Amino acid sequence: MSGEAPAILLRNGRIIDPVAGRDQRGDLLVVGSTIAAVGAVDNTPATARVLDVDGCWVVPGLVDMHVHLREPGEEYKEDIESGCRAAAAGGFTAVACMPNTKPVNDCKAVTTYILERARAVGCVRVYPVAAISKGAKGQELAEYGELRHAGAVAVSDDGLPVMNSQLMRRALEYAATFDLLVISHAEDAALAAAGVMNEGVTSTRLGLHGIPSAAETVMVYRDLALAELTGGRLHIAHVSTAEAVACIRRAKERGAPVTAETAPHYFTLTEEAVGAYDTNAKMNPPLRTPADVAAIRQGLADGTLDAIATDHAPHSVLEKEVEFDRAANGIVGLETALPLSLELVRQGVLDPSGLVRLLSCNPARILGVAGGSLAAGAPADITVIDPEASYTLGPADLFSKGKNSPFLNRPLQGRAVLTVVNGAIRHDLLC
Amino acid sequence: MQFPHRHVLGLADFSRDDILTVLDVADSFKEVSKRDIKKVPTLRGRTVINLFYEPSTRTRLSFEVAAKRMSADTFNISVATSSAKKGETLVDTARNLAAMNPDVLIVRHSASGTPHLLARHVAASVINAGDGTHEHPSQALLDLLTVREHKGRIEGLKVAIVGDIAHSRVAHSNIIGFTRMGAEVALFAPRTLLPMGVEQLGARVCSSLADAVRDADVVMTLRIQRERLKDPLLPSWREYAEFFGINHKVMALAKPDAILMHPGPVNRGVELDPLVADSGQSVILDQVTNGVAVRMALLYLIMAREDEA
Repeated sequence: MSGEAPAILLRNGRIIDPVAGRDQRGDLLVVGSTIAAVGAVDNTPATARVLDVDGCWVVPGLVDMHVHLREPGEEYKEDIESGCRAAAAGGFTAVACMPNTKPVNDCKAVTTYILERARAVGCVRVYPVAAISKGAKGQELAEYGELRHAGAVAVSDDGLPVMNSQLMRRALEYAATFDLLVISHAEDAALAAAGVMNEGVTSTRLGLHGIPSAAETVMVYRDLALAELTGGRLHIAHVSTAEAVACIRRAKERGAPVTAETAPHYFTLTEEAVGAYDTNAKMNPPLRTPADVAAIRQGLADGTLDAIATDHAPHSVLEKEVEFDRAANGIVGLETALPLSLELVRQGVLDPSGLVRLLSCNPARILGVAGGSLAAGAPADITVIDPEASYTLGPADLFSKGKNSPFLNRPLQGRAVLTVVNGAIRHDLLC
Repeated sequence: MQFPHRHVLGLADFSRDDILTVLDVADSFKEVSKRDIKKVPTLRGRTVINLFYEPSTRTRLSFEVAAKRMSADTFNISVATSSAKKGETLVDTARNLAAMNPDVLIVRHSASGTPHLLARHVAASVINAGDGTHEHPSQALLDLLTVREHKGRIEGLKVAIVGDIAHSRVAHSNIIGFTRMGAEVALFAPRTLLPMGVEQLGARVCSSLADAVRDADVVMTLRIQRERLKDPLLPSWREYAEFFGINHKVMALAKPDAILMHPGPVNRGVELDPLVADSGQSVILDQVTNGVAVRMALLYLIMAREDEA
């Protein structure tokens, strides 16, 4: 590191670094691309940009292990540039992008393309998740060795459950050979069938086909059994049901090699949000019941659920301003995840360190990527959060091309005011 | 006369008083259909568009007859001749129709909630003529009118609904309508054809056909569709007819003066024994007659409301 490297001094922040057990007021110095000093900083370079972050939290950069960037193939919904800008605005310094692009990311060429685009955009870190099966068709294994070497950090057929149990077993085994994480979209497709929302009295009242929570439960059971059989690392994506939380809790008690995530909408909204057929409340898995929401909050509090991930799923009005049955699943999440998650701290479900674990340390550790630490010498991936900021977001405020969110035009509290990736400021509301 | 609805999206939105208003107005319009000259000038100059994305004979014709007897101009658009085949979205189609300034759009669609979507995007009033497995409000209103005519009241009656409750928007609207008017609704169906949580809508789920039909004032059976065999929800029509079909033996369990209803079209020999369908207990054709009166009432109430505004 030369003496001329650009430096940033964050002064008087509340520095929260769960891995180091630190939660105290202090300064943090970034020199070049690394964290140079934390706590009491005495050798600040004269050229350093000094930012007073009094009243703000200084935390390791947030890591979203589940987003859809839509490039290549559906750039009208999102591209790597707009998705990365949305991530930075939401406080994320890294995202893992799912393989359901067009073409599917099931080969080195697509993985390499995504990484090259991300490098050219130069905003946040992008970690490609490759497909479990060729074409995500659930029939043959993709080439995990080559994908791993090209830069894929995990495999998943997200959006499409792997219905063939033998293929899932072999995926867990073969992925273990290359130390790849297998991310499961745990849903029995035959039970989910034509369902478009949670099955129950609300679906009956609205006359919409229901997806029973059992569709998630049976698949979580199966995948846990296969992970314990094979020793392969399993990660359950977007947990939405109380039963799945209970299954995962018991499996962890047995020492199963499993981790799990949920998304902000699953601890914020219930199936009632469908209201009068609001397609921004249509997602897969669907929004569930108040009992499920309570169980997911408990799972986040007790460590059963390891990560909060957004499942950021941008769509255009072409997919959302249509009949509910025909509407695409999912909502954008990168720019609302932090205020919705901070609600858990305000409500006493989590302490600030616990929240930082779920949004940064744990996802970085599960993916085996940089980040999740504010230790001196670590890469300077840092998010500064103003936990009190009150604001609303309208469609035009979002960096994402997708405006499909039920959280627009309603009061939000807490936001990222500075996002630093590898020492470079990528989002800045401080000036 | 207070009628607070600009749209008719579902009976879930209707209070007991709203339902009574429709039935009373429908009663007064019945006389029009018995005249030699079956026409009143009430809705002259009004434009009513029937936008049907699903095949329908009875309901579409019934709305058309109702509108014409009120002197409204009516136009029918069915999916076979519409832009849907050319890839136009539903919302675009509706906006284009709305640009021609109709007063009412009557919509049938296989997707639940479609009338709600249209109501958000067009200025015209929207009447739901059946959406997916959600609601068919005008059918339930004509059923309520038919029962009131034959029984003199609705409150306190026992209404048995038997058949494919899960896929029936008619059953759904009737459960809401009859319970709201103070009737007891007893349901019976194979468990595969009962929707989750239906008892929370106020109906009682019975453990046997006899339990549902015993001492009933009204027995309503529902059309069972052929594709239910594939889902798989049922093993065979033969078994369905044997355990869930309505015949004289079943009707004997109901009150002696019980009436038999069916929203049509009937699968004779499956959900309904032909001997019962043609018996004196059947009021199936009265339902059709009352359909016109109820739809006249809905069109009138919606547009009278606009006049006041």
